[in-house]
Amino acid sequence: MSLNSLVEIRDLNFTYDKRPVLQGINMTFPKGKLVAIMGLSGCGKTTLLRHIGGALKPTKGYVKMDGQVMHELDQDGLYAMRRKMGMLFQFGALFTDMSVYDNVAFQMREHTELPEEIIHDLVIMKLHAVGLRGAQHMMPSELSGGMARRVALARTVALDPMLIMYDEPFAGLDPISLTVIGDLIRRLNDALGATSIIVTHDIQESLKIVDYVYFMANGVIVAEGTPDELRASDKDFVRQFVHGEMDGPVPFHYPGVDYRQDLNLRA
Amino acid sequence: MERTTLDLWVGMFVVAGMAALVMLAMKVGNLGTYNVSESYQVHAYFSNIGGLKPKASIRSAGVLVGRVTSISLDTDKYEAHVVMNLDSRYQFPRDTFANILTSGLLGEQYIGLMPGGDEEMLKNGEQLKQTQSAMVLEDLIGKFMYSKAAEPAK
Amino acid sequence: MAVTNIIRAIGRRVVDAVWRIGVVARFFFLTLIYSGSCFRRFHLIIKELFSTGVMSLIIIVVAGLFVGMVLGLQGYETLKRYGSESALGVMVALSLVREMGPVVAALLFASRAGSAMTAEIGLMKATEQISAMEMMAVNPIARIVAPRFWAGVISMPFLAAMFSAVGIFGGYLVGVVQIGVDEGSFWSQMQAAVDFREDIMNGIIKSLVFGTVVTLIALFEGFDAPPTAEGVSGATTRTVVTSSLAILMLDFVLTAIMFRGA
Ligand SMILES: Nc1ncnc2c1ncn2[C@@H]1O[C@H](COP(=O)(O)OP(=O)(O)O)[C@@H](O)[C@H]1O
Ligand SMILES: [Mg+2]
Repeated sequence: MSLNSLVEIRDLNFTYDKRPVLQGINMTFPKGKLVAIMGLSGCGKTTLLRHIGGALKPTKGYVKMDGQVMHELDQDGLYAMRRKMGMLFQFGALFTDMSVYDNVAFQMREHTELPEEIIHDLVIMKLHAVGLRGAQHMMPSELSGGMARRVALARTVALDPMLIMYDEPFAGLDPISLTVIGDLIRRLNDALGATSIIVTHDIQESLKIVDYVYFMANGVIVAEGTPDELRASDKDFVRQFVHGEMDGPVPFHYPGVDYRQDLNLRA
Repeated sequence: MERTTLDLWVGMFVVAGMAALVMLAMKVGNLGTYNVSESYQVHAYFSNIGGLKPKASIRSAGVLVGRVTSISLDTDKYEAHVVMNLDSRYQFPRDTFANILTSGLLGEQYIGLMPGGDEEMLKNGEQLKQTQSAMVLEDLIGKFMYSKAAEPAK
Repeated sequence: MAVTNIIRAIGRRVVDAVWRIGVVARFFFLTLIYSGSCFRRFHLIIKELFSTGVMSLIIIVVAGLFVGMVLGLQGYETLKRYGSESALGVMVALSLVREMGPVVAALLFASRAGSAMTAEIGLMKATEQISAMEMMAVNPIARIVAPRFWAGVISMPFLAAMFSAVGIFGGYLVGVVQIGVDEGSFWSQMQAAVDFREDIMNGIIKSLVFGTVVTLIALFEGFDAPPTAEGVSGATTRTVVTSSLAILMLDFVLTAIMFRGA
């Protein structure tokens, strides 16, 4: 294991009921870097993140975080490891029965014995970082999609994790919120000295902020490189993805019977 | 710890629940009336107890003075053995008469105590010697029919 | 051919049901062993006591009043035939304390608080709040399930007692105030016939059992719900149906044990 990588994935295989979802994945996430994993919906990105978080056991291979193999940890070890991670879920997953303030304070109250005054200052600082200090008394149901994502971001970094994972942080956001979140992800990573993994299919936004990209399709890595390398790439798949072309290696049509046959036309 | 209105509501809920329990215990149940005072035990044999049940009341001059604790069949005498708890505030002479009575025509059966004239009082564990069994309606009707039949026709 | 298929289908259902019971038992066990932290942080239970207990108060009080008034009316009509109207208090109080209080309060609790619990937890699951909590190294059974479980178990006997107390008051209103049964014999006969240990304690034990079962079913269904809108609504319905049936069946069993031959 190299000294400056935080997470290493080696030959990771995973099957859901005999259906292979991940096959022979090898990835390295260097400390302090922001790495993107891209691919079409259903290619196994969330499944990969769940392996890094230790929520799923690989069929073969391993995920190593901070020198320890995730699936070999017991419950206490796993929970200790998870305290060093933060994960932003696709739609924020804010606790709906708590205010914005209490959401951000949640982990501090659960995992530390800090007095309430210090928690207060920390929460205000985190909320200030995402620009929502003024929304501290609101309930999650009163927030817009972009605001909810920012609160979730503040909650994710509440305990200054070493590793931050983002599952589709841009999904369903308007262009302004999208830029704001992208910018926050980069700045938080650098300010906290953390390592970030961002799962997305928003190629344009992420190429602006990340250091390295893995492309996945059908459970395998099909391309990788820095944003500049990918922009210059002449691989068909990458070209289609980067430039948003409609047809290419990824077909527009889902496999089906012959069109003419479906319309009951005689050949 | 800071107080919230939520705590107040929950407090009121708990107080109301407790109050309901206390009211059930004292006003509805018998915790307020008996069990609190000391009691002593006496027993008696009856040739027939009719419908008498454990926990039936024991009254003297209509006043509740105790309860039946257990009923069993004594297989030596083939008589019903009734154990009862009496309130220690009430003492009865040793020759007190125990009678199984019915409240109303179809009501519950209870034991009525009629004090005798003995100077000595009943002590814990002693036996009431004089008893009268329950009236059984079928027997009564039978006797009545029999005496009617025996009357000379006019 | 067809017969073996039917037998196989029945067999699978039985195995499924037994399996599910096993899962519920493990869930119950986990809830108990992870209960320590919520007793140390009692405000978590207080918060849930509000949403289970306090929010069920109105329905319990109103229902109790009306059930008691109906008992008073029906009881009077029946007892009048035997000339024993004075036993009205006994009848109303025993019906409420032994049966109607624990059972009807539990049925109302299942449909008011139980269904809300299932829906809440099912939605937390559907919106990944539970996964998020696990990723934050917080055990959802300790943090979400256990406080709700104890709040349900604690509030049920209180609710049942309030139901009975208000119901007796309703019976008093109809019997004594409106119809004119003698007030003295209403209360005194009641006190003479209702035993604290036999009747009231047994009623409390019943409501504790019902509270445990209803809350457990509600929490399990929520935790087990498929994370979709249909999944959550199906689980909510199952909570009400399953816990109502469980209440009525358990009531029979408990009554048979408690009041047998007395
Ligand atoms: N709980 C599950 N059971 C069975 N299959 C699943 C489950 N979760 C995901 N899958 C399948 O695994 C594949 C990868 O899913 P996922 O990792 O969520 O994709 P992505 O996040 O890239 O859109 C999909 O084909 C999906 O159908
Ligand atoms: Mg996904």
